[in-house]
Amino acid sequence: MSQPIQIHPAKGFKERSLAALNDPAQRKNFRGAMDFLQMKRRAQFPDPKDLSSLRDLGEAIRRYSLARLPDLLEQLERNLTANGIQVHWAETPDQANAIALGIARRVDARLIAKGKSMVSEEVGFNHAMEAAGIETLETDMGEYIVQLAGEAPSHIIMPAIHKTKQQIAALFAEKIPGVAYSEDVDTLIQIGRRVLRRKFAAADIGLSGVNFAVAETGTLFLVENEGNGRMCTTVPRVHIAITGIEKVVAKLEHVPPLNSLLPRSATGQPVTTYLNLISSPRKAGELDGPEEVHLILVDNGRTQAYGDLQLRATLQCIRCGACMNHCPVYARIGGPRLRHHLSGPDRRHHLAPPARSRRHLPAVLRLDAVPRLRRRLSGAHPDHRSADPLAQ
Amino acid sequence: MEHKSGLSRAYPAKPGNVYLFATCLIDQFAPEAGLDTVRLLEREGIAVHFPEGQTCCGQPAYTSGYPDEARDVARHQLDLFPEPWPVVVPSGSCGAMLRHHYPKLFAANPALAAKAQTLAERTFELTEFLVHVVGFARNDSGAPCTIALHTSCHARREMGCHETSEALLAGLKQVKVTEQARIEECCGFGGTFSMRFPHISEAIVTDKVESLCATGAGRVVSADCGCLFNITGRAAKLDEIAGRSEPTLSGEHIASFLWRRTAGETS
Repeated sequence: MSQPIQIHPAKGFKERSLAALNDPAQRKNFRGAMDFLQMKRRAQFPDPKDLSSLRDLGEAIRRYSLARLPDLLEQLERNLTANGIQVHWAETPDQANAIALGIARRVDARLIAKGKSMVSEEVGFNHAMEAAGIETLETDMGEYIVQLAGEAPSHIIMPAIHKTKQQIAALFAEKIPGVAYSEDVDTLIQIGRRVLRRKFAAADIGLSGVNFAVAETGTLFLVENEGNGRMCTTVPRVHIAITGIEKVVAKLEHVPPLNSLLPRSATGQPVTTYLNLISSPRKAGELDGPEEVHLILVDNGRTQAYGDLQLRATLQCIRCGACMNHCPVYARIGGPRLRHHLSGPDRRHHLAPPARSRRHLPAVLRLDAVPRLRRRLSGAHPDHRSADPLAQ
Repeated sequence: MEHKSGLSRAYPAKPGNVYLFATCLIDQFAPEAGLDTVRLLEREGIAVHFPEGQTCCGQPAYTSGYPDEARDVARHQLDLFPEPWPVVVPSGSCGAMLRHHYPKLFAANPALAAKAQTLAERTFELTEFLVHVVGFARNDSGAPCTIALHTSCHARREMGCHETSEALLAGLKQVKVTEQARIEECCGFGGTFSMRFPHISEAIVTDKVESLCATGAGRVVSADCGCLFNITGRAAKLDEIAGRSEPTLSGEHIASFLWRRTAGETS
């Protein structure tokens, strides 16, 4: 049964969007950045028909996966476990944070180095860890800048896109000991890199997101450009990956078409600098890699979205951010005024069903096991009998 | 499931009869664009039928998140076009609603879904119909002029009608269509969006007017009245603010523009 849709308008949106419209410097930043990203994506997809058919294929793969979500999640858990990766299920943000905190306490962690993860933003990970006395450090350069400034990311792919190099220069000079003001971008990157390198060595836990979790092989697929993701997932003794339950795909061969869409749509790159396929902790005889790998699978309303015919398609999203880059509203008011982990005016409703569906969850649910999830996900999916899109 | 690559479709031979689905904005605010649509079609030897009972297509409710209310409005249209004739819509926005969203709205009801599907399959946006079904090829009898073309988001992205609008204008030998910056960007109207978030809508349309004025054309042609009213309304307001007595930018529906340019001709 689908639940009634509750719309909770973002509080103070009008005031914040007015302030953004009246900030010419920031509007210029966003406009320029969005024009650039649109141009980069166009260059990656010169033939609209190719793009259309690739999007159709990507959508078919996502629908195929979602149609089998309960089965695939079980298979994923089985295969990850067989590979030595420990799987945890979180119904709510609090549960997700409690699981991470449990691991952190057990290994006596003081510092968590974080690769980019929007789900960690969604569950308020940094806040929960810091409340427990554990330092978190964002290691994606954009996320690092935003964290240093005490702000929220303004774009899911480019978190600090609202900041100018002058603002970043001032921020670094103010917050990083011994750093002089410099507007030179290479210098700024080197400053950030030096800070982060030292921290990687000291981190007890590395946290990352997941782009696609492959059920058949028990593999976590992660794209990134800075190498910080690989540092987070290999240098600290413990790696915790956190992601939404919708990110599962059936087979490894389903990843290339999706990954052919993702970076080209997101940043206009044919491929990201780093592709990480994480399939186990360090094995006997291996010289590097974490001793423990954990995956926290977060529901946070996704099963509600799954059960709602209108919202289910939102789970197909691969988080490329191209919709933001092409959004005429986003280009004018940007993200930081919107105060939501998935910035954008209506995306709050489209991509983040949890925010409003959480209230419908029966309080007695203790979603720490797949069978319960399976019951929640029950209900015939119209695509259930569809054939493997790559087998056609 | 409607796929994005489903923009390409098979077109029928030129029919003897069509229905006109005129849209609210034309009915209420721009009847001349509707009448010019009728004139264009009748001149091609096509009888145009206008079912009086037609109302709004339901899009405002649909895009505001009220599918049940939208379904009620859409349900009312399903029985208005009983003959198997094409339904011509002088708007890419309303046309896309009938063509792409009606089948989804009625997916849960097989009998109505079948009706919605047949209606969707014979729904054509005006410029699409003129190019692909009529084979419109009238000579331009107007004086040389320069215009800008604006294509609505729905017409461009759901119907591919920027191409048919461009093709029709390219067939007018004395008309020069200018290049404009960010041609594919929304004008800021967005139906109910402009009422819910007028300040953001205004920022977007101000940029659109700027892009259009920068072309130097002084006239914008569009196949969607929603965009046209939004753009020309903002342009007039900016003129007023600046104390200009002559309009910087005027607008015209493409049906009226085509009719005016080729009016000297009879078949």
